[in-house]
Amino acid sequence: MIMEVVVSLLLLASGALVLTAAAGLWRLPDFPLRMHAPALANTLGSWSVTLASIVHGTATTQRLALHHWAIIILLAITVPITTALLARAALFRDRAAAARLPRRAV
Amino acid sequence: MSLLQVAITATLVMYGVAMILGLLRLFRGPRAQDRVLALDFIFLVALLAMLVLAIRYRSGTYFEAALLMGVFGFLGTAAFAKFLLRGEVIE
Repeated sequence: MIMEVVVSLLLLASGALVLTAAAGLWRLPDFPLRMHAPALANTLGSWSVTLASIVHGTATTQRLALHHWAIIILLAITVPITTALLARAALFRDRAAAARLPRRAV
Repeated sequence: MSLLQVAITATLVMYGVAMILGLLRLFRGPRAQDRVLALDFIFLVALLAMLVLAIRYRSGTYFEAALLMGVFGFLGTAAFAKFLLRGEVIE
């Protein structure tokens, strides 16, 4: 019973976090601001889902089910790489677009 | 319906709304990097939905699907970002 309450709370928390991230992705005005929103789902959202499945798996199989940590480790390794690459690409593209504009006459 | 099933259904509905918002950003996004970001976000939400479905159906298969989605989402986003940066993926 306690397991159900804990798992439910963790799942609902992750749902709220992912929804907040999606709202930020949809509502924020420009790209550098928009990049911040999915970090919420990438970090705390995925942590809470993984903790929920660890608790659930441990309680249902009566053994320690720790293999779900692999998801967390994978995300913790890959998400900073993609974020940095994407930010660098956006910066590069913005600079290239600004260089293509004609110079304003002084 | 137990508490856990209600929570799982509510979570999946929230994920669905989040994926729809991500899809809207994918279609609307004024520039290419917005679309790549939205695609990455949709991949992440689908991965989390796989984990929730693994709890729902008490199956171990969804975990492997989630792991594969994590790897391929990373590869896709990294390739897209590299393409936006350089104009080609492998130099």
